[in-house]
Amino acid sequence: MRILLNRRLPSLRLLRYGNCVWNQHNQAGELAMNVNLSADEMAFRDQVRKFFAEKYPADIRFKTDNGIELERDDYIRWQKILYAQGWAAINWPVEYGGTGWSAVQKYIFANEIAEANAPDMVPFGVKMVAPVIYTFGNEAQKQRFLPDILQSNAWWCQGYSEPGSGSDLASLKTRAERMHDHYLVNGTKTWTTLAHMADWIFCLVRTSSDVARRQEGISFLLIDMNTPGVSVKPIITIEGEREVNEVHFENVRVPFGNLIGEEGKGWTYGKVLLQHERTNLAGTARSIFQMRRLKARAMQALHGGEPLMNDRNFARKFAATEIELKALEYTDLRTLAAVAIGKAPGPESSILKIRGTEVSQAIAALCMEAAGYYALPWIPSQYSVGFPVAERIGLGSETRTSLRYFNNRKASIYGGSNEIQKNIISKHVLGL
Amino acid sequence: MDFSLTEEQEMLVESVSRFIDNDYDFDGRQKNAASETGFSNELWRTFAELGWTAVPFSEADGGLGGGPVELMLMMQQFGRGLVIEPFLANIVLAGGVLRRLATTEQKSRWLQPLIAGELQAALGFAEPQGRFNSADVATVAKRAGDGFVLNGRKNLVLNGGNAALIIIPARTSGKQKDRSGITLFAIDGGSAGITRKAYKTVDGHQAAEISLADVRVAPKAVLGDIGLGFDTLQSVMDEATLAVSAEAIGIIRAMHDKTVEYTKNRVQFGVPIGSFQALQHRLVDTLVACEQTYSLLLWTAMVCAANDPAASRAISALKYQVGSAGMHVAREAVQLHGGMGVTWELDIAHFFKRMTSIELLFGNTDYHLDRYVSLS
Ligand SMILES: Cc1cc2nc3c(=O)[nH]c(=O)nc-3n(C[C@H](O)[C@H](O)[C@H](O)COP(=O)(O)OP(=O)(O)OC[C@H]3O[C@@H](n4cnc5c(N)ncnc54)[C@H](O)[C@@H]3O)c2cc1C
Repeated sequence: MRILLNRRLPSLRLLRYGNCVWNQHNQAGELAMNVNLSADEMAFRDQVRKFFAEKYPADIRFKTDNGIELERDDYIRWQKILYAQGWAAINWPVEYGGTGWSAVQKYIFANEIAEANAPDMVPFGVKMVAPVIYTFGNEAQKQRFLPDILQSNAWWCQGYSEPGSGSDLASLKTRAERMHDHYLVNGTKTWTTLAHMADWIFCLVRTSSDVARRQEGISFLLIDMNTPGVSVKPIITIEGEREVNEVHFENVRVPFGNLIGEEGKGWTYGKVLLQHERTNLAGTARSIFQMRRLKARAMQALHGGEPLMNDRNFARKFAATEIELKALEYTDLRTLAAVAIGKAPGPESSILKIRGTEVSQAIAALCMEAAGYYALPWIPSQYSVGFPVAERIGLGSETRTSLRYFNNRKASIYGGSNEIQKNIISKHVLGL
Repeated sequence: MDFSLTEEQEMLVESVSRFIDNDYDFDGRQKNAASETGFSNELWRTFAELGWTAVPFSEADGGLGGGPVELMLMMQQFGRGLVIEPFLANIVLAGGVLRRLATTEQKSRWLQPLIAGELQAALGFAEPQGRFNSADVATVAKRAGDGFVLNGRKNLVLNGGNAALIIIPARTSGKQKDRSGITLFAIDGGSAGITRKAYKTVDGHQAAEISLADVRVAPKAVLGDIGLGFDTLQSVMDEATLAVSAEAIGIIRAMHDKTVEYTKNRVQFGVPIGSFQALQHRLVDTLVACEQTYSLLLWTAMVCAANDPAASRAISALKYQVGSAGMHVAREAVQLHGGMGVTWELDIAHFFKRMTSIELLFGNTDYHLDRYVSLS
């Protein structure tokens, strides 16, 4: 995929698609596109594919293929396999245990992991807090936290949002008061994904309100979830499952050593992280995989005695979504090309978040449509370990459809809502 | 043009509306939805005492002689209250068939207890292979002696787990998708050969997957004429489509109102989020969607009340509008509530789920747009 890496004329070269070979999505799990991969890149792809074929545990694959919820241990076991291979932290600098892969290799990996239907690393440690630690943390913090993140010994969660501070994060109220040898933390974080499984939480906290801009009073603090005074309360989401939580801090003592960087600079650090988060949200490889599954289901579902996939209405909607997804894939590749020549992902990456979530929601809606009346049973126990798949109500494994569809309404809300993304684009791209 | 209601209609609306406001709270609804029957029997008896279960039936049958307008008025309120009691399954679907086809003897056996709130009933309107086409009936009824033996499978039988009476459309002649050759059978839910897998549905209601294996029925189980059941089935489905469309309008109106209220109170960046013009325009769009859908509901109810032959076409127009505009309102309401919109705790999520079910029920948006075209 040299076109993406040309340093001198990236934009011009990007317009030359003459050397792209288009593929139908096929069952063998080809990339949606072969962008003239070099021999080395092809060999790399084969190596990655072989790894997933051989090392991705069959029992975990059975779960992801059949919509069975993964447990904490499943994630950890799988992440340790990735670690053993040296692929746990593909974005980290090599010195901390990263892969040193090129943008193309990362792209290949993202495609292959989606094709294998293997879970990504739980993002809060490896993708979110680690970059802040290795960029802004001190040596002691790097040594203390990075290895455990890399080896999946510690599970992290993200404590930014509060009941009164969602889109307007800078209004956050959780206080960290400076005592003689520690911070005293009081306040409430909310929507904290997987906090009930986490060992650590990284928080934005207010260390000072005596500042010109409220952002300047915010600090970045790492808190051990086992500290006395930390309590976690479940929040059940629309589909009926527990994924998010409220985390309360009542007189929680946090050592000074857990402050990242300087006091009052947390907002700047956190923003770097938010940018990072935003580039991971397009999820095109996963969407391509979902589209193929959807097609298989729509071939199975009958409409007037014919496969639903042959129904003109359905086929048109499927096609429209596929086209949008193709465009998204190329928007994603353009961002990748920019990163490859050393540009940071800018506000344009908001486009990926907006369209990525819209496309994934559109796919989820088409899955509902394909399931027809079998989208409606609500039987979460069908997706627990040990429930015989053959005895599920419905046409087969697709009946987790509605849980996914409802749950996925969150995608346009979290990680900076799509409205906030549009504000970013209008301000920073359009200059309005 | 007169859109005003009669005094009786006003009273009906007031009676249901007062109940929703005073006696039907969301927490209670959630608790009842989680119970084994999936709704409150006690409240169901109240529905009967208040006369609501009698509304669509003729006075001769012990009903109140209401029509599509009364149905529409009640269902809007049920939508607003997110009512889970099985009015649709009992009164509109099963009751709709009995009202049209049952003999005097059959009525006294099933319809009177149904109106009294003492009998739970269901109609097996769908089969797995049929998607939204209720003429696609693969369930077969073969003559055996003077009765019949039934074999087949029905999915999404609303209230099917609780029903003591299940009305099953089965094929007595013709090919799988023929409109002729379908006969409706009234079957005791406990009959030998019936297997029911009852489940909750995503919207807090309940249904069952029902299979019939050599179920024997007596001649008196036949409702109406042999082989001529489809027209009735279709009229009942049309009426049910009108009913859920009206319910949807109650739902999206409530979602819109609650969202406007929420954006007035939720403060971010030091101001209510409703002060952002980007959100104001979206709420104007959801208001327009609600109003347009309501207008179409009124038109449809009037066409139906006039026994207009174009009623089916109007119903498809309405269902199309409900599916497209209604889902738009529902999505916007969740989105503008932010994280709160996707919590189990808040009613918005449950309105969203009911709206999603209604979009599918009795034919989705595409299905009804196609039907509208074919009836034009
Ligand atoms: C499932 C889920 C998981 C989450 N996980 C985490 C987590 O792990 N850690 C964490 O810290 N947070 C998490 N979040 C929180 C998430 O980031 C917030 O929900 C999000 O930032 C929106 O905030 P809010 O919910 O308070 O909505 P609000 O900010 O109240 O917004 C309500 C509505 O108003 C709109 N709006 C707000 N301001 C503007 C504006 N200026 N212009 C136009 N429209 C505006 C919003 O887009 C939204 O539609 C999660 C949320 C969800 C739903």
